Amino acid sequence: MSQQPVDSAKRTWLIVSGCAGAAGGLAAAVPFVASFEPSERAKAAGASVEVDISAIKPGEKLTVEWRGKPVWIIRRTPEQLEALPKEDPKLADPQSLRNPSALTPEYARNGYRSIKPEVMVAVGICTHLGCSPSDRFTPGGQPSLPDDWVGGFLCACHGSTFDLAGRVFKNKPAPDNLEIPPHMYLSDTRLLIGDDKKA
Amino acid sequence: MATFKQAPAGASASQKLMTWVDNRFPATQLYNEHLAEYYAPKNFNFWYFFGALSLLVLVIQIVTGIFLVMHYKPDAALAFASVEYIMRDVPWGWLIRYMHSTGASAFFVVVYLHMFRGMIYGSYRKPRELVWLFGCAIFLCLMAEAFMGYLLPWGQMSYWGAQVIVNLFTAIPFIGPDLSLLIRGDYVVSDATLNRFFSFHVIAVPLVLLGLVVAHIIALHEVGSNNPDGVEIKAKKDAAGRPLDGIPFHPYYTVHDVLGVSVFLLIFSAIVFFAPELGGYFLEFNNFIPADPLKTPLHIAPVWYFTPYYSVLRAITSEMMYVLMAIVVAGAVLAVLKIKMTGLFKAVVLGAAAVVVLLMLSIDAKFWGVVGMGGAVVILFFLPWLDYSEAKSIRYRPDWHKYLYGLFVINFLVLGYLGVQPVSSLGERLSQIGTLIYFGFFLLMPWWSRLGTFKVVPDRVTFAAH
Repeated sequence: MSQQPVDSAKRTWLIVSGCAGAAGGLAAAVPFVASFEPSERAKAAGASVEVDISAIKPGEKLTVEWRGKPVWIIRRTPEQLEALPKEDPKLADPQSLRNPSALTPEYARNGYRSIKPEVMVAVGICTHLGCSPSDRFTPGGQPSLPDDWVGGFLCACHGSTFDLAGRVFKNKPAPDNLEIPPHMYLSDTRLLIGDDKKA
Repeated sequence: MATFKQAPAGASASQKLMTWVDNRFPATQLYNEHLAEYYAPKNFNFWYFFGALSLLVLVIQIVTGIFLVMHYKPDAALAFASVEYIMRDVPWGWLIRYMHSTGASAFFVVVYLHMFRGMIYGSYRKPRELVWLFGCAIFLCLMAEAFMGYLLPWGQMSYWGAQVIVNLFTAIPFIGPDLSLLIRGDYVVSDATLNRFFSFHVIAVPLVLLGLVVAHIIALHEVGSNNPDGVEIKAKKDAAGRPLDGIPFHPYYTVHDVLGVSVFLLIFSAIVFFAPELGGYFLEFNNFIPADPLKTPLHIAPVWYFTPYYSVLRAITSEMMYVLMAIVVAGAVLAVLKIKMTGLFKAVVLGAAAVVVLLMLSIDAKFWGVVGMGGAVVILFFLPWLDYSEAKSIRYRPDWHKYLYGLFVINFLVLGYLGVQPVSSLGERLSQIGTLIYFGFFLLMPWWSRLGTFKVVPDRVTFAAH
């Protein structure tokens, strides 16, 4: 068999049809890979959530679900607000300059990262690997936290710490501050999370 | 194909039947090549049980898995309850489920010991590189299989474990966020994620795994097994072409392995019946709470077999990045000063180091944590090309090599222990040192493995009849 010379015309067509087959195979893979993407139903399920915040007392936190994620609403005490600027040197990004378009809407680009200074609204998902940090509002030294702790959040998964404005401390695994979701006040006590367009 | 054979005159019915089959399917040939005439070294010791045992655990996992799928519901609203249904209402369902959950941990126990055996006896070295590579690929598949299977009970640890691991992919620059979206099929871990993980866990990954196991064994039987002396038994053959130090796998090692299987099943059954949760290490207590997307358990840790790698992930903080950058620079400078190479190549090495340092400065520590964690697994693939020692087996290497392997094992266990502990500043430091030791062991191997006085490797295996 190997004695016969190669028929180059046949070989050319073999290569051409082989390539055509490979292209067809690749094209056939597209719908399968595309089926991994979020379905239309998943895309549609992003409705905004309305919350009554009148019952939250100073120093308390309410968690609501928005797009399957926990959103925290915290009414900070005056002492807690006072302590916020003092933390700046220990924070990785005190002014929320990294990724502002994704993490901090314009109306929250201030020292408190909120519309009303006392009401903090944040997505309770650590920017490291997506755990939900736990409340550590009591100041002072405690397990896993520094002795000069002023109150904030600890992500137990990988040890990232955040202050009460959701700003991440330096040298922690989380690179970014907590995300502030789009939100707006419908009235003094009614908050809409997930939408800020129709002001 | 060979010509049709005839059974000899007066052959028994079974001989005639086998002749009929062998003329159509190489049954006898396969039996001989892989069992009756596969010659394995006669000096196998305790460490050689774990290959056969991993095959046994694979069978246990497949069989119990098939039966679990008959009762399990891959639906976020029903999954947790369906597992409890298996545990409480399905006749003997608890046993099947505990066999499967204990089997997952047992798989990693035997595979880790099997890999350690390969490391100390140099079983990955020429000509067994592909045996080792297929094995590493099996290990990767096993990790994927374990991770995706862990989501299925839809408990708190299932949910948040998957959340963390899928989010690892978001750390990859540019494509990360879209990639993790593609994996989850939703913006959060949800029903869509559960469904696809179920599909991967019960069919896609097992198919690949089985293919790789076949490739692993075919490659092994092509080159022949290594042994504790690291001597090639094929180098000395008798007149019939059989290795002098080889014995047929069947019946010698099948009988031998029955002993290993018996001891293994004693321990396995003891755990299944008396301690299926094994103090929270095999089944984590938080996983008995249904998944709650709004609340992460206070202490989340992966199952024990992932914790050494998890420690590496946690060890790489932005502080640690400066240490790593210093190591990259020092490594490049040392390479340029100590290794003979052309000026152009030196420039390439320095340039590459500069690029790496720049990338390390510009990309978050989070990404490098993921690189470290993945690298800790991937580096195993390179082992055949890192080891330059004169002798394959640890038996004939300098004594201090043994201590180095001892240090590696202790370090791996310490990393594993730290991975189940909550974060602490001491633990962080220790895991950073552990990470450096882990990578140092492999990356410096081309250097240290040549050092020291090697002992004389014998011509034949050392073996004393019992």
